Amino acid sequence: MNLPAPFIAAFRVGLFSFIIVGSVFLTFHATKDKIADNKHQALLHSLQAVLSQDHYDNDLATDVIQLQTYTIYRAKKAGRYTAAILTSTTARGYNGDISLLIGISIDGKITGVRVLNHNETPGLGDKIDIKKSNWVLAFNQKSIRDMSSVQWAVKRDGGLFDQFTGATITPRAIVNEVKKAGLFFQQNQQIIFQ
Amino acid sequence: MATNANTIIRNGLWKNNQALVALLGLCPLLAVSNTVINSLGLGIATTLTLVLSNGLVSSLRSYILPEIRLPLFVLMIAGIVTIIELTMSAWFYQLYLTLGIFIPLIVTNCAIIGRAEVFASKNRILPSLLDGLAMGLGFSFALLLLGAFRELLGAGTLFSQADLLFGESAKNWQINIFDDYSGILLALLPPGAFIALGLLIALKNAFATQ
Repeated sequence: MNLPAPFIAAFRVGLFSFIIVGSVFLTFHATKDKIADNKHQALLHSLQAVLSQDHYDNDLATDVIQLQTYTIYRAKKAGRYTAAILTSTTARGYNGDISLLIGISIDGKITGVRVLNHNETPGLGDKIDIKKSNWVLAFNQKSIRDMSSVQWAVKRDGGLFDQFTGATITPRAIVNEVKKAGLFFQQNQQIIFQ
Repeated sequence: MATNANTIIRNGLWKNNQALVALLGLCPLLAVSNTVINSLGLGIATTLTLVLSNGLVSSLRSYILPEIRLPLFVLMIAGIVTIIELTMSAWFYQLYLTLGIFIPLIVTNCAIIGRAEVFASKNRILPSLLDGLAMGLGFSFALLLLGAFRELLGAGTLFSQADLLFGESAKNWQINIFDDYSGILLALLPPGAFIALGLLIALKNAFATQ
């Protein structure tokens, strides 16, 4: 049988596509569960960074609710809710979105804050990252309720938190975002923990 | 046809260096070369992709009709990169978290389709694998030089964040060249990448003409 050349070419493209897409599909299936497990572990790992282990005995990564723009992970100990971790994103940084994990215990204290993703200027704004500096630890144990609204600001704005030399916008964005999340937590505590 | 092993290696590492002579793959090259460790990561991933794609193209070259070769190359390279990405995220998750963002960038590296077209589709499998390796190493070499230059000028360090690639034990590999160095920010930003690459090419040409 002699097919015209374009048919042979089309047939070859089809055959190659089938084989390559097939191998991608097989790889996808072989790795799917492992990848999901890795992601789960990685999520747990980052959640543990903002909430110490004595706060919970449940699987943090699975007790999760969505409230407005926040994804909220709830920590439970001996059947009672003890704290929540809010994921939050602010666009008020210097360059693009900054996403945060903010842990707040039921008595309104910040248990920890971590920056998950950012594109801030290397060497200036990137000190918000725990890998670069300890700045973000300044939030630990700060109370949403006891601190006045004025204190929740960078020093340049009259508040308690350091800014960086040459970069005020980035820390300001984070401080304001943590404050916002804290207020949200305070106002919606009933709904979050019901 | 240059299938002699010596020629292949010399072409890949120096004479036809994909980054410094052919100027291919500049998108990942400039985007990721801000630290030595990032450069090394992208270098490894690119080299692996080049070797695999050259090997695959070469072993299938008699089935690849000339008029459909480009779509098939693209298909094969995209397939290989996706499989590498999935495999890494399953079994080398920590490494994937660092390199993950670079892996899709490899698809944009025209050096890979370039080698498939120029070399692998016309040569036997062993020379093709060697060509992929040599070209990959040459590309990594340029990446590492760029990364070292930019990290040194931009942050005054070398090998910072080595733990991302080599695990926890590598945390203290960081070398601080200057104490209390404020850094030339330009070197870390995209314009710095272009300037550094320009200097590197000039340097290479100066060596080559001697």
